[in-house]
Amino acid sequence: MTDMFPQQIDVALSVNGEAVEARVPAGRHLIDFLRLDLGLTGAHAGCEHGVCGACTVRVDGRSVRGCLMLAAQAHGAEVWTVEGLSETGEIADLQEAFVARNALQCGFCTPGMLVAAQELVASAPAPTREQIRERLSGNYCRCTGYEAIIDAVEAVAQARAGGAAR
Amino acid sequence: MRKFEYLRPTSVEEAVAAASRPGAAYLAGGTNLLDLMKTGAAGPELLVDVTRLPGLDAIEPLTDGGLRVGAMVRNADVARDAAMRRNFPMVVEALLSGASGQLRNMATVGGNLLQRTRCAWFQTPEAACGRRDPGAGCDARDQAGRSHAVLGWSERCVAANPSDFCVPLAALDAQVEIAGPGGRRDVALRELHRLPGDTPHVETALAPGELIVALRLPGAGAGFGRFSRYLKVRERTSYAFALVSAAAALRVEGGAILEARLALGGVAARPWRAVEAEAALIGAAPDAGAFRAAAEAALEAARPSGDNAFKIELARRTAARALALAAAGAPERMPALPASPFADIGAPAHA
Repeated sequence: MTDMFPQQIDVALSVNGEAVEARVPAGRHLIDFLRLDLGLTGAHAGCEHGVCGACTVRVDGRSVRGCLMLAAQAHGAEVWTVEGLSETGEIADLQEAFVARNALQCGFCTPGMLVAAQELVASAPAPTREQIRERLSGNYCRCTGYEAIIDAVEAVAQARAGGAAR
Repeated sequence: MRKFEYLRPTSVEEAVAAASRPGAAYLAGGTNLLDLMKTGAAGPELLVDVTRLPGLDAIEPLTDGGLRVGAMVRNADVARDAAMRRNFPMVVEALLSGASGQLRNMATVGGNLLQRTRCAWFQTPEAACGRRDPGAGCDARDQAGRSHAVLGWSERCVAANPSDFCVPLAALDAQVEIAGPGGRRDVALRELHRLPGDTPHVETALAPGELIVALRLPGAGAGFGRFSRYLKVRERTSYAFALVSAAAALRVEGGAILEARLALGGVAARPWRAVEAEAALIGAAPDAGAFRAAAEAALEAARPSGDNAFKIELARRTAARALALAAAGAPERMPALPASPFADIGAPAHA
């Protein structure tokens, strides 16, 4: 240690639309801050090495890995988790499609899938199945229910674009 | 993870002063460093968070027709940039072939340039690794490491550079702008990464405290336009590092190649610019025979570093195919699976 710089960091950020202030250890990861300090257990800590995507949350408008970002780096940021996106209704159609098409089995990957899928559908009006596949390749489903997940995302993309859902 | 201190400096000068201390490391997108800190392969005592430094987050045109990209621009934003897509499409294709959407949202230009090898022995603190610990030897030697190098490796280190982004950058003669304790300087991207030799722990040309502030893509490379492609062969078609990749660009007039660029990824500790192959192409007709001859030239010095001899022929075929793709020109729309050899096959049939 250089003993010249802080190991405890003061952060002020917005989480699901609410202002949050806290003092966190430098090594606190965003996903642990959300889950353990704020009790927002929707996003999951899976592999904790940035591989599986279960910890996906939205920071300043983009989906990121909550396990590869320090809470200290979220100072000043606007963070949304699956809880907030559920409460605002932003992903209601995705959630309904996931249920209707049995796109979740154990459900562990689902919060990350929903945040990633919402970013894709919001940015690409009519994604092909290949594009959906590629954009969700960073989110692992250990039940291997990928086809149903792609079905659900494709249906929502088509419905939002005004077309009939398959 | 070891405890550490954290600083969010407000100027490049403040960042450089802090990061010049022993035990300090720069933190940008965090996608590589924080992972290595969790495994124990890295243990900085001070993280200097450069993501909020002013002036490092823009993409600007250069007077020669090239582009200057700030070091903190996220990979996803580089890939989305209209001028980048128009003038340097193989850079975009390489970026989109790497990692996942969420990682591309986080990872920065500077961090991508400095990402560490994915050699499993480097990432495992219990293994001997002279890249991680000076003089420690190499437990990866003679192991069946499919990711290991076939060019430029030494008995001390067989690791390969994992970056997709750096491969077209090497082909395009990109320049790296650096700020450090001694002021500002430029380093050619092709000189940024060191071959291991006897000092594998000296991974880059950067001195302690030096910070990448920008990347310049010279206008000369913009002339290739859509006649430039990136091709990446990996264990699966998305979200995997390259076994072998190639960036190829051609300028053809009157049925003869006037200018050629070729660089290989996944084969060495640096993105491997194949100048012999480029020379062999000049004046030739852009056909399969010329591309195969160029690929032979590119891999002439290659030798296996373990059970990875297959990569040499794989690299030849990848290079030749990338040249053929470059001659044909990039499609109007980026393939759904960028840089994939299976891009035109379509969706797989599932039971």
